[in-house]
Amino acid sequence: MADAAFLALTVITIGSAIAALELRSLIYGSIALMGTLGGIAGFFFLLDAPFVALFQLAVYVGSIAVLILFTVMLVKRELIFKKIEDKRRKFAGIGLMLVVMVGLGAIFLDSGIKTITTDEPPVDFRDIGTDFVTYYWPALILMGLILAGSVTGALVLAKREDVENDQRTN
Amino acid sequence: MTNELIDFALVSVALLGIGIYGLAVKRNFIRMLFAVEIIINAANLSLVAFSRFLPHSGGQTLALFSIAIAAAEVAVGLSLIIVAYRMYQNVDIADFRSLKG
Repeated sequence: MADAAFLALTVITIGSAIAALELRSLIYGSIALMGTLGGIAGFFFLLDAPFVALFQLAVYVGSIAVLILFTVMLVKRELIFKKIEDKRRKFAGIGLMLVVMVGLGAIFLDSGIKTITTDEPPVDFRDIGTDFVTYYWPALILMGLILAGSVTGALVLAKREDVENDQRTN
Repeated sequence: MTNELIDFALVSVALLGIGIYGLAVKRNFIRMLFAVEIIINAANLSLVAFSRFLPHSGGQTLALFSIAIAAAEVAVGLSLIIVAYRMYQNVDIADFRSLKG
């Protein structure tokens, strides 16, 4: 049986995930997304994974959510409050959501996951560090290259060429 | 530990469902990015939950990789939003038709 902290985190995470998608204002939506990401970090603490939880807080809540918030601020005011959706699609989407939730939930409840319990001590975060520098070191280097490449690509994409040309003529 | 693996798995399924709903219904580029983030977080939650209950450090390592790659994905996605917004002055994906065959 789940404890009170788990139930509170579930309400916060799922409630703010729905709010992130359904609130009229994109700014409040992105703040609600921060709540979801923070709730997931709380789940990581409950799962005795403090290293991943702090990584989640630093990367997701600290940088990605703030990046999204700043992008939303660049968008025109009337677009921030405008809801673009179609009623028929909405019903279809709710149906799809229920099919996924009920289907996957029934599969999980019926499977052997229900019986898995553990009394063993949690994974030590030193093991993660050892994993990173021994078995996964090529993946770690590749990840660094991908991050560098994607950030450079994002900068190149977002660069305004028209402004640069104006400055050149001046 | 009073919480069981199935509890975390069900929360993860609920978040996946909400994310799929967002991807299917919303036509706002930024909201679709929110939905993708929710789905990635659902995946990370189940990775860490399985890593705790098996117990094996592989799940947490994979979750860390996933978080880092998601950061790269968000950076590229947001710059695409900025470029598309500059071209069309809108964030409705129905307006971004120039890639349509």
